[in-house]
Amino acid sequence: MSAGGPGGGGLSRRQFLGRGLAVVAAAAASGCRVEELIGRSFRELSRDDVARVLARAARRQSARFGRPVTVDGAGPLPGVDFGYGLDLSRCIGCRRCVTACVKENNPSRRRPQIQWIKVLELDKARGVDLAHADAYYEADAVPRPGHFYMPVQCQQCRKPPCVKVCPVGATWKEPDGIVVVDYDWCIGCRCCMSACPYGARHFNWAEPDLPADELNPSTHYLGNRPRPKGVVEKCTFCIQRVRHGRYPACVEACPVGARKFGNLLDPESEIRQVMERKRVFVLKEDLGTQPQFYYFYAT
Amino acid sequence: MGRLLDFAGGCVRVLARGNRAYRAWVALLLAMIGTGALAYAHQARLGLIATHMRDQVSWAFYVGNFTFLVGVAAAAVLLVIPAYVYDWKPLKEVVILGELLAISAIVMCLLFILVDMGRPERFLHLAPLLGTPHWPASLLTWDALVLNLYLAVNVAVAAHILYRAWRGRPYDRRVVVPLVLFSIPMAVSTHTVTAFLYSGMAARPYWNASILAPRFLASAFCSGPAVLLVLFQVLRRTTGLEIKDEAISKVAELMAYAMFVNLFLLGAEVFKEYYSGTEHLLYTQYFWSGIGRHRALVPFAWTGLACSLAAFLLFLVPRTRHHPVTLNLGCALIFAGVYIEKGMGLVIPGMTPDTLGEIYEYRPTLTEWLVATGIFGVGFLVFTALVKLAVPILSGRLRASGTAAGAPPALAPGAAP
Ligand code: SF4
Ligand code: SF4
Repeated sequence: MSAGGPGGGGLSRRQFLGRGLAVVAAAAASGCRVEELIGRSFRELSRDDVARVLARAARRQSARFGRPVTVDGAGPLPGVDFGYGLDLSRCIGCRRCVTACVKENNPSRRRPQIQWIKVLELDKARGVDLAHADAYYEADAVPRPGHFYMPVQCQQCRKPPCVKVCPVGATWKEPDGIVVVDYDWCIGCRCCMSACPYGARHFNWAEPDLPADELNPSTHYLGNRPRPKGVVEKCTFCIQRVRHGRYPACVEACPVGARKFGNLLDPESEIRQVMERKRVFVLKEDLGTQPQFYYFYAT
Repeated sequence: MGRLLDFAGGCVRVLARGNRAYRAWVALLLAMIGTGALAYAHQARLGLIATHMRDQVSWAFYVGNFTFLVGVAAAAVLLVIPAYVYDWKPLKEVVILGELLAISAIVMCLLFILVDMGRPERFLHLAPLLGTPHWPASLLTWDALVLNLYLAVNVAVAAHILYRAWRGRPYDRRVVVPLVLFSIPMAVSTHTVTAFLYSGMAARPYWNASILAPRFLASAFCSGPAVLLVLFQVLRRTTGLEIKDEAISKVAELMAYAMFVNLFLLGAEVFKEYYSGTEHLLYTQYFWSGIGRHRALVPFAWTGLACSLAAFLLFLVPRTRHHPVTLNLGCALIFAGVYIEKGMGLVIPGMTPDTLGEIYEYRPTLTEWLVATGIFGVGFLVFTALVKLAVPILSGRLRASGTAAGAPPALAPGAAP
């Protein structure tokens, strides 16, 4: 069900008056299932209920896209706390990570176009000065002299302000460090977007436009499961991959190996090597969010 | 039970009758509501993409209106304090009008929140027991709680006073006085909690200032009473309701103080931003002078300031404060000034530039304007209906059958006939 039709304030008078009331009824009927309105959030479900909810989600997604979709509910592994490293001296701003992320995570492609990773082009002379960052530079001419590139995505903060402000507890931090959103519990108030200092949360302003042939059918309930209209979504370190021991899609896609990922509790992991050998920094450290996403310069 | 039905019947009859002006006014409000409903249906179908909000500016016009109206609701306190705490007679007789205004303002607040939600049908997730309110960390949960409590208190007080007056009896002090006193901290906290909702966000330096809550209260004490002052005069003219000049000039005087504090706090904030000139200056700059060619809010900023300053002068000088023409002009100006300050001047600059430095220039769409018009229509309709009921009841023209119509109003216990 894609939301075409007139945009913004540009509705014609006739359409506006004509569709009016029928639409109210239709919206009420399509979006609402009593069970969801007064159910429980995913976090509060019992084991049996989880299985039932996952099966239901898979059924619905398959029906929605007309092809089989799996919805995985794999939980956090004990002794795992994920961390991410990004080598700013290597990143060339090619944005392959962005493309890989979009392919993997099923965001809306157009109106609204949602991308979880933003690559900022910054001026070397100014350093990390976000007020002069450019997220819309032309991609075929990178890296441009005098500039460096800084990808920003959810920093999976240890003290996530987005979680603190959510009025219904629809978003929380999992024990393995991943901050997730329950798309069926989120009320779409966007408090979390106001609170996130990294612009990492994105809202489905319209019914997501995700063509069935571009869908990644292997999904996780709290991750890349296709989202409904009117809820918030964000990067989850590819929860559907990393909980099965794989790398996030952006790590695999980076042509220069600027992206490092691993278990912060495992001394052998790549991320721990980075932490031990390099000097790392976090973005906006003065805000006390304590990201699990570390920037560093390897050379 | 029979009595309540009688009361309800009487109310319906009063609401159904009215002169031509009343009918035209109600028709206008219904038209506004209808248009708003259609616009909202359009938004419900498309999603919030029907607004101009986007990820960069994810709260805007609706939330701005909400914030403004919380202030209007809180303003009833400006009448309650002199009337009940200092037991000042002239205001005691009109304090109920402030409560009715608070009721309508909160109804509008709740509607603005509802239309701003991406999944309005999930509002029960916020409710205790049924949902999972995020206590005590989330300020929006607190906000929902205090707003609803404040609404309940005002409804209870107004209903009690009106019902008793309808039966020709004075209200029960043991019920009303504690509730009214309780409504004072409630009103302050609705506005404070709303301010904290913003000022608690470290990600948005423009809001993250401890001065925000006091500024909210100061501006609230200007905008709400401005509505009441105009209303007092209209009611005095069109109905038998007696409102003393003293009451009007007392409120006007209090507003002058509030406005001074409001302007002073604004000045303090602007000074700090411009003089220290840190990177946080950007947001203030965006509002007052624009950033590069992004200047959408600049005309609003200066118009708002001009309105507030002019109104302050009009209210400060006793001669213009007492003259009906300049007084009403002042009320209109203050209302416009605060509306701009809270609507455009608080929410949007707080989000522009966004947290990664991008500038997205937001302007409300037609849909947003129409939905807001509809909500104001609902608010005005609620207020009109409440006042239409309150006036004949308080002036003794509407009475329970069996009680002598036209008996002396029984507003305050022991009020002299
Ligand atoms: S980066 Fe933003 S969305 Fe991610 S955890 Fe931190 S505050 Fe939340
Ligand atoms: S938008 Fe959703 S996740 Fe974000 S704060 Fe509101 S309910 Fe929580």
